[in-house]
Amino acid sequence: MLPNFSYVRPKSLDEAVRHLDSPENRIHAGGTDLLGCLRERVFGVAKIVSLSGIQELKGITETAEGGLRIGALATLREIAESPLIRSKYPVLAQGAAEAASPQLRNQGTLGGNLCQKPRCWYYRGDFHCLRKGGDLCYAMVGENAFHCILGGDACYIVHPSDTAPALVALGATVRITGAGGPRTVPVEEFFVPPTQDLTRETVLEHNEILTEILLPPPPQGLRSSYRKVRARRSWDFALAGVALALQFRGEEVAGGRVVLSGAAPIPWRSVEVEEVILGKRLDAETISAAAEAVVKNAEPLAQNDYKLPLFRAIVEEELSAIAKV
Amino acid sequence: MTQKHEPGECRCSRGLTRRGFLSTVGAGVAVASAAGKLAAQPAASQGADVLPSAEMTPITLNINGRTHRLLVEPRWSLLFVLRERLGLTGTKVGCERGECGACTVLMDDLPRYACMTLAVEAQGSEITTLEGLMRGEELGGVQQAFVEEDAFQCGYCTPGQIMAVEGLLRAHPEPSQEEIQMGLSGNLCRCGAYVHIFKAAGRAAQLKRGQ
Repeated sequence: MLPNFSYVRPKSLDEAVRHLDSPENRIHAGGTDLLGCLRERVFGVAKIVSLSGIQELKGITETAEGGLRIGALATLREIAESPLIRSKYPVLAQGAAEAASPQLRNQGTLGGNLCQKPRCWYYRGDFHCLRKGGDLCYAMVGENAFHCILGGDACYIVHPSDTAPALVALGATVRITGAGGPRTVPVEEFFVPPTQDLTRETVLEHNEILTEILLPPPPQGLRSSYRKVRARRSWDFALAGVALALQFRGEEVAGGRVVLSGAAPIPWRSVEVEEVILGKRLDAETISAAAEAVVKNAEPLAQNDYKLPLFRAIVEEELSAIAKV
Repeated sequence: MTQKHEPGECRCSRGLTRRGFLSTVGAGVAVASAAGKLAAQPAASQGADVLPSAEMTPITLNINGRTHRLLVEPRWSLLFVLRERLGLTGTKVGCERGECGACTVLMDDLPRYACMTLAVEAQGSEITTLEGLMRGEELGGVQQAFVEEDAFQCGYCTPGQIMAVEGLLRAHPEPSQEEIQMGLSGNLCRCGAYVHIFKAAGRAAQLKRGQ
C-alpha cells in the first residue's frame, strides 16, 4: 500500500503551480516513476498534484518555424508512433520505442521520462546513500555492474532515460513554468551532474512544471538514430546506448552531436567522438578512431568494465550504419 | 468489444463487498454526504477539490461497460480497487512495481499496469478487465485461443497476458510475430510458456477475424 497523501487534479497550469507550494507536494504526470518511488519509500509526499486534467500539456504539433512542440504529457507511445517524429527525428521515436514496456509507454510521459529518479539499487533500496542525504555512495565499493563509467564523482548513478540522449543530440529545449514565471532551458543544461549538486537530478525547482519540449527544425542533411543495449531484449534500462544526430554535407559530417545513455549520471555528450568525426567522412579509419575515443576518458568501477567494449562496439556499428543511410 | 451486462447478470457482482462499494442504485445519500464534506475543504482558490489524505472520497469508474460509484482513498491503486472493493479478481497482484504485467488491464483500449495507476486517475477512462472479455458465459476470443494453444502452466500470469494480447489486437488486428513479441514484452511468465503464449496471440487474431 502506498503512503497516505492528499490528491488534486487541477484544470490549469496556474492552479497546478499554486498547489506546489511545498517541496512535500509532488507532480504526477504518468505516475509510473512517482508511484514506484513512493512505494519504495525513496521520498515522502504530502500532496499529489496530478497534471492529467491540463489539456495544454498534451499534443504534438509543428511550430511555425518547422520544428516541433511536444506537450510534456505526450506519452512515450505517442512519441514512438508519431509519423512526424518518426520521419523528422527518428532518434527520438526510436528512443521512446526502446524505453520501458508497452504498458509503461502507454502511461509514461516524455516530461516524466526526463524527470525520472535514478535507478541505482542503493538509491531505490533501503540504503541511506549520499544522494538521499547520507554520507556514502554504496555503489563505489558495492555492487556496481550497472553504474556509470563517465562523469561519476562521489555518486555513480547512470541516467535512466532513453529519450533524454535523443533530445540532447537534437538540441531540444524545455519550457518550464513556475511561481517565478516561465523559462526555457536547453535539454543539455536541464540535467545536473553530481559534480555540480549531489541532491538533485535536474534544474527543476519543486514549484516548477516542465510544460513542453521544443525541437528545432531539422537541419539540412540531418541523419539520426538511437541504439540501446540491455541485458535482455524484452525490456530493461540501457547498459549502453548511443544517440546520433549528425548533419552530413555530402559524405562528410558537417556537424551534430553524439550522446550516450547508460554511461553517466546525466545524458553524456561524447565530445571526444564528436571531435574525431567532425569534418570527416565516416570511413573505416575514422570510425575506428571514434570507437576508441568514446571510452578514452572512462573510469570504470570494479564490476562494469564490460561497458568499455560495449560502447566501442555500438559506436562503431551505429556510425557505420548512419554512414550508409 | 465488450458486451454490456444487465446488473443482474453481471458475473463480477458475486465478489462484491457491501462495505466500501456503493452500487449505482441507492448510492445517492452516501455520495451526497461525502461530497458535502468535500465542499467544506478549503480548495486552492476556487479550483479543483483537494481530496483529503486517508479519507474516503466518492469516485466514478467505468469498468467493463458498467458505471461504478464507490468510495476510495487517494492512495488506492486501481488494482486494489478492482480486486478488494469490486471483487474483480481476474486482475492479478504480481510485483506491484510495474515490472511483471500480472495486473494488466485496458484503459481506453490501451494496456496499462493497474498497480501503477491510482484509482482516482482512472476516472474518465473506459476500463476493461479480464471479466470484461467474457461474452455472457462464453470465453472471449483471446481467452479461447489461450485454451486452444495451452498457453500457460501455472496460469498466474495468464490474465495479464490475455489483456496484453487483447490490447495488441485492438491496435493491430493482424500483428506480425515481432509485433506479438513486442506487444507481450511487458508481461513476464516465470513458467516460461512464451512460445505457446505467442502462438495463442496469433490464434486469437484469427478467432477475432472469425477464422
